[in-house]
Amino acid sequence: MTTTEIKFGGLGGQGVILAGIITGKAAALFDNKEATLTQAFGPEARGSACSAQVVVSDTPILYPYVTRPRVLVSMSQDAYTKFSPQIAQGGMLLIEQDMVKPDPIPNEAKVFGVPATRIAEELGRRMILNIVMVGFFTSITKLVSVDAMRKAVEDSVPRGTTDLNLKAFDRGFQWGEKLIH
Amino acid sequence: MAADPRGVLTGQHYLDGNHAACEGALAAGCRFAAGYPITPSTEVVERIAQRFPTMGGVFIQMEDEIAASITLQGGVWAGKKALTVTSGPGFSLMMEHVGLAAITECPCVFVNVQRGGPSTGLPTLPGQADMMQARWGSHGDYEIIALCPQSPQECFDFAIKAFNLAETWRVPVMLMMDECVGHMTERVVIPNAEDIEVVERNFTKKKPGEYKPFDAGDGWVPEMAKAGDGYNLFVTGLTHDERGYPVMNHHAQEKLVHRLVDKIRKNADKICEWEEDGIEGAEVVVMSYGITSRVAQRGVEIAREQGIKVGTMRLIVAWPFPEKRVKQIAPTIKSFVMPELNYGQMVFELERCVAGMTRTVLVPHGGGEVHDPQVIANAIIEAARGKN
Amino acid sequence: MTEVAINPVNPYLRMDRMPSIWCPGCGIGTSVNCFARALTQSKIDLKKTAVVSGIGCTGRVSGYMSVDSFHTTHGRALAFATGLKLGNPELNVVVYSGEGDLIAIGGNHFIHAARRNLDVLCVCVNNFTYGMTGGQVSPTSPATAKFTTAPLGQFEEPFNLPYLADSCGAVYVARWTTFHVRELTKAMRDALKKRGFRFIEVISPCPTLYQRRNRLGDGLDAMKYYQEKSVKKNGANTSELRIDFQSEITVGTFVDRERPTFADAMNARYKEVLGPRYVPCPDNYVPPQAKGEGT
Repeated sequence: MTTTEIKFGGLGGQGVILAGIITGKAAALFDNKEATLTQAFGPEARGSACSAQVVVSDTPILYPYVTRPRVLVSMSQDAYTKFSPQIAQGGMLLIEQDMVKPDPIPNEAKVFGVPATRIAEELGRRMILNIVMVGFFTSITKLVSVDAMRKAVEDSVPRGTTDLNLKAFDRGFQWGEKLIH
Repeated sequence: MAADPRGVLTGQHYLDGNHAACEGALAAGCRFAAGYPITPSTEVVERIAQRFPTMGGVFIQMEDEIAASITLQGGVWAGKKALTVTSGPGFSLMMEHVGLAAITECPCVFVNVQRGGPSTGLPTLPGQADMMQARWGSHGDYEIIALCPQSPQECFDFAIKAFNLAETWRVPVMLMMDECVGHMTERVVIPNAEDIEVVERNFTKKKPGEYKPFDAGDGWVPEMAKAGDGYNLFVTGLTHDERGYPVMNHHAQEKLVHRLVDKIRKNADKICEWEEDGIEGAEVVVMSYGITSRVAQRGVEIAREQGIKVGTMRLIVAWPFPEKRVKQIAPTIKSFVMPELNYGQMVFELERCVAGMTRTVLVPHGGGEVHDPQVIANAIIEAARGKN
Repeated sequence: MTEVAINPVNPYLRMDRMPSIWCPGCGIGTSVNCFARALTQSKIDLKKTAVVSGIGCTGRVSGYMSVDSFHTTHGRALAFATGLKLGNPELNVVVYSGEGDLIAIGGNHFIHAARRNLDVLCVCVNNFTYGMTGGQVSPTSPATAKFTTAPLGQFEEPFNLPYLADSCGAVYVARWTTFHVRELTKAMRDALKKRGFRFIEVISPCPTLYQRRNRLGDGLDAMKYYQEKSVKKNGANTSELRIDFQSEITVGTFVDRERPTFADAMNARYKEVLGPRYVPCPDNYVPPQAKGEGT
């Protein structure tokens, strides 16, 4: 791997930015890689399709923005509609399968779905769907190690919610493992 | 001297440039801040407001940037290291007090997280179009120092550097960030407090009566005193003598302004800082600063892949400008290429120093995003072939 | 040998800067005289006292006082004083400036310093005009009076300064004229001993510009006017203190109350939330090296 562009998209309140921070932090602090996170600010960041952009690389990152994401994680239909045309040829589309209907599928992307919201609700907290997505992302993409991602989750979620969040991460991860094996 | 450990968040962090700049200021010993909210800089003072109360620092959100830019100087004369933080429109409002800091030799730090302008412009998107304002924005003759970080790590490192330079030279120092660097999140490594070199204020040990607050002696920079120490300080924005007393004539003006300007100009060799690579044998040298220097590096790599000999010069200190080095390089190359997120600012200084010895090519960009590295690469290639 | 009587206020002044720039008959020097006496009587530590001014005739006061003197930019004395006081809470900070400086260009800082109850004494010499620049209309200029920038007579509504200070939250508000030297001295002395935003308006003659342009005679004529038309009314409702052209001038102490200062409120809040983790300013932390523990 040299440089990979990743985009997390979803609704405000779904924890899209946190998903990006966890991924970037895992790569930069716990996996010894370079990782740059950028996000949209201002009124445009508060709309129905907000996003976090992460570039992960083995070498210093010179261009910090994501232009053609190799991986697009989409947690809402609006985000899918807005961001999916940007996906790189043959890239990966990771979707919240109950929220996103992946039609059309641009640029011959491969689609992987997880019922993240349902899993989060089963665990008792709808809010942690982003962590389920992060676990799913870890399994499908293998861009960042599981250990690093779990450490980043612990390091980023509110105190007292660590166990629940790690459970959410593991459930998302297992869903992905089943899907690809 | 080592840093006060209470201000140092030792360890590895995943921080954006704004938060990193705050941590750098705290590590440098900044314990006074006055600010006014403005996008995209506000996170710096938000973090300061959160962090100061446990380390003896005082933060106040003032009624406007005009106030903030002089309130911090009150803090300095009370004995604190102080900063203010702003962006475009706020920076414009602060200009009169940059001049006050220059003439009263008040060591302080102005952080400008640059956005697209003019006027309200692009509050949430990057620009580098305040570079000339940083240097020339206040009326009259004076000098300042300006630093340009290209990453959150450098926002931390250069914030410390900014305070150290301010104390060393008794000048206002501008930390010229931009929205991209301010809002991008990366790994930031904060060393142990004892490994951070901090320049403390050079308070005079002379007795009241012997001490003249604006007498630099044989050197360039006067020793300082603070209010409340019994020196009966007289600090004025009027032209003044060594005692600080106003003197309204050209002799006093010549003596004071000459020193204010020359303490930086004559010491540029000690202050200027840049990184260079591949200058020897280069056809083209790309000069850049801040976020643009990262993007430019990508452009340089593309051009090098095409066999072009490209050198780079990355400004860490933009003001004072590395005139001497530019004059050495200029006759040896076909062209300088300078990408900036503006329609030509630092390139004019480059052109002045090049003085016709070679060509200078501006790669302009109005801001709102960073350059496409390919555009920079194309400019390099064309410059090497002598086409632009 | 001839004995030269030394003016008792001399030790408070930078005598090496005399004579001052003020015109004959100007009231600023009279107010400074009162201030110097108030400093003696209040017995505050002059080493811990700083005077901050903006720009203008009154803006020169800081530079004649033999204490820490800060002559700042136009209108921003209170903003500078905010930093000075919060940066070193042990200082007695006095802001001394004119009405054009404090209330026109510096009006925003004035209302916010009063709102915050910044712990400074603010002395405003009100001579109804911009003297340094040659007699322009100011925010207190009375209607019908003439100025270089209102040659046909002023027609704007003037500010009533005690009302403004009171409304914004000042804890002490008084007005005297330069005729009332005893009362003014006492007001300054009382105010120096008090904490919070203290405001004293000093009505003062400008014979060179305001009076000459409006055919009001010299400094002595101003004293006669102040003597004849001043009405002492301590505790008066500040909304009724408007001054019109050569009208009655209500003088006295109008407000004297207590309210937590900015620093009091900040310290209380942070102590409440942070408990022992709160490190207030001044921070007496000594780095390990200075104690000889380091290498």
